[in-house]
Amino acid sequence: MATSEEVYAKVQETLIDALGVDDDEVTREATLVGDLGAESIDFLDIVFRLEKNFDVKIPRGELFPENLTGADSSFVEEGKVTAAGIEELRTRMPFADIDKLAADPKVENIQELFTVDMMVKFVEAKLAAQ
Amino acid sequence: MRWFWIDRFIEFESGVQAKAVKNVSLAEEHLHDHFPGFAVMPGSLMLEGMAQTGGILLGETHDFEHIVILAKVPKITYHSWACPGDSLIYTAKLVEAREEGGMVECTAYVGDRLVAEAEIVFVHLDQSDPAMGAVDQKNFVFSMNLLGILDVGKAGDGTSTD
Repeated sequence: MATSEEVYAKVQETLIDALGVDDDEVTREATLVGDLGAESIDFLDIVFRLEKNFDVKIPRGELFPENLTGADSSFVEEGKVTAAGIEELRTRMPFADIDKLAADPKVENIQELFTVDMMVKFVEAKLAAQ
Repeated sequence: MRWFWIDRFIEFESGVQAKAVKNVSLAEEHLHDHFPGFAVMPGSLMLEGMAQTGGILLGETHDFEHIVILAKVPKITYHSWACPGDSLIYTAKLVEAREEGGMVECTAYVGDRLVAEAEIVFVHLDQSDPAMGAVDQKNFVFSMNLLGILDVGKAGDGTSTD
C-alpha cells in the first residue's frame, strides 16, 4: 500500500510530465488551472497518466466532473453556485474542499476545487478500493 | 496539395500499433524553401505524419465513428533529420483509447537512425455534435481516400490485406 507521500510524489511526477511545470510548483495546495496553468485538454492527459502511473481505472468525469454549470442547470444562479449545486459538488467531488467554495460560491471559483491535494486524496481512495 | 503526410501503412495491428512510411521527395514544393540549398523534412510535418499514423490507429478502435482531433503534444524530441530520398518509418503505439479520446507514443526512424519521438493526445468529436457544423470535413484525415491506405499492408492478424 502506497503511503500518502509516495502517492503525492507520483502525482507530482504526473503533473510535471503533463503540464511541463517544475516540481517546486506542484505543492499540495496548488490549483491546477490557476497555479499550474492547466487547460481543459490537460485534464484528459492527466487522467491518462494517472491511470498508467498508478494502474487504476478512472471513468470519465470521476476525477474532473464535467458539465457542472450547464445552461439548464439549477446549480448556478446569477454567477453563483446554488445550495443545490454545492450539495451536488460534495457528492461528485468528495475529496475537494467544498467548504471553501461554499464560503464564496462564485462560479469562477469552482476551478479552485481542482488542487493537487484533491488529486492525491482521490488516488489514495482509488488505491484503497482495489 | 493533399494533406496526407503518410504514404501508406506497412503494418496495422488493431488497437496495438501501426507503422506507416513517408517517402521524402524533392518534388515536394516546401522542401525548396525549407531550406534553400539544404532540403530537410520540416519537423512539424513529421509530427503531422506521426499524428496521422496514431490518429488512424486510435480511430480504428472505434470503427471511425468519432472524429479524432490532435489535441496536445506533451512531448516531442527531434534527434536528427530526414532528406529527400529518405524513407521515414512512423511507428505509433496506442497507450490509451477511451470514449473521450486517446494517447499514442510515436517514433520516426530512417533506417536504424532515430529521427524523432513524440507523445500525442487526441480527443474525440462526434459528427452529430451541433458545434461541428462549421467544421470542414475535408480537413480531417478520415476521408475515404486516406482510409484506402489501410487496404495496403498487414491486417491485425498478420495476414496481408492485398
